Amino acid sequence: MRIFLNDDAHDVEPGTLAAALESLGYGGRKIATAVNGRFVAAPVRPETNLTDGDRIEVVAPMQGG
Amino acid sequence: MLFYGVDLSSRLMLGTARYPSPAVLAEAIKASGAGVVTVSLRRESGSERAGQSFWSLVRSLGVRVLPNTAGCHSVKEAVTTAHMARELFDTTWIKLEVIGDSDTLHPDVFGLVEAARILSDDGFDVLPYTTEDLGVADRLVEAGCRVLMPWGAPIGSARGLNNIYGLRSLRAYFPDIPLVVDAGLGVPSHAAAAMELGYDAVLLNTAVAEAGDPVAMARAFALAVEAGRAAYLARPMEPRDMAMPSTPVIGKAALGD
Repeated sequence: MRIFLNDDAHDVEPGTLAAALESLGYGGRKIATAVNGRFVAAPVRPETNLTDGDRIEVVAPMQGG
Repeated sequence: MLFYGVDLSSRLMLGTARYPSPAVLAEAIKASGAGVVTVSLRRESGSERAGQSFWSLVRSLGVRVLPNTAGCHSVKEAVTTAHMARELFDTTWIKLEVIGDSDTLHPDVFGLVEAARILSDDGFDVLPYTTEDLGVADRLVEAGCRVLMPWGAPIGSARGLNNIYGLRSLRAYFPDIPLVVDAGLGVPSHAAAAMELGYDAVLLNTAVAEAGDPVAMARAFALAVEAGRAAYLARPMEPRDMAMPSTPVIGKAALGD
């Protein structure tokens, strides 16, 4: 299954958002996520199944004004 | 000074971007005495940990964070970003930016009001980055905002207070709403001028971060904010069009022509 994470294509096993994040190196990180433009809260990631072509946004704290 | 029920001791709020190094950022925040710093959120790759190290640094400083929705050009984008920020930073505070124009970073005030209403209804404490427009400010308050943050000038422009009359009117119109001049300040005298108008606080970033010595400039801004506030409380004299001698004329020696 191909997903797009921050615009980069990744081939992952079909499964949940939490599993995909773990496999792509985000496990245990302070991040927030959205799938196809919709916010997905951390507790919901293990219940959020991904489908082919999903676009995932992963953001972290950053400097800001 | 209460912002959404939170008592803030410092009237200077500082941004965290554009500093020459994380160490300088940390020292500048300490020198400023700021109790609130703005932060943002950006994409992070699986291999890099820039966001994680930045967050560790901010946490070590013990300051309250105010996440922003910088760079958002639509209501949907700003609202989704606010939700991500609330979870990431564990705060209901959000500095709401909905940008209407990329060159001037002029707020899209229509989108701003709409997003402010959605977020306020959803339990956020919204601090909107807005203009000095009274009508827009009225709508923002109606939408649930209990703090307003009009710009002094476009973000990063260092032009100071472009519309002193407008800012003064806003202060007079909303005597009980905390007002913060956010953006456009370049030098400490700009901050002092905002405080002399009776503004409750100022928020700035680039003027400190891009100074030759950011730590010294942070301290200078802190002093200016304190001076401006003290001057406001001391009730400045009214300007006059004509001169009035400060030295009494009565009793002056008659020395002829």
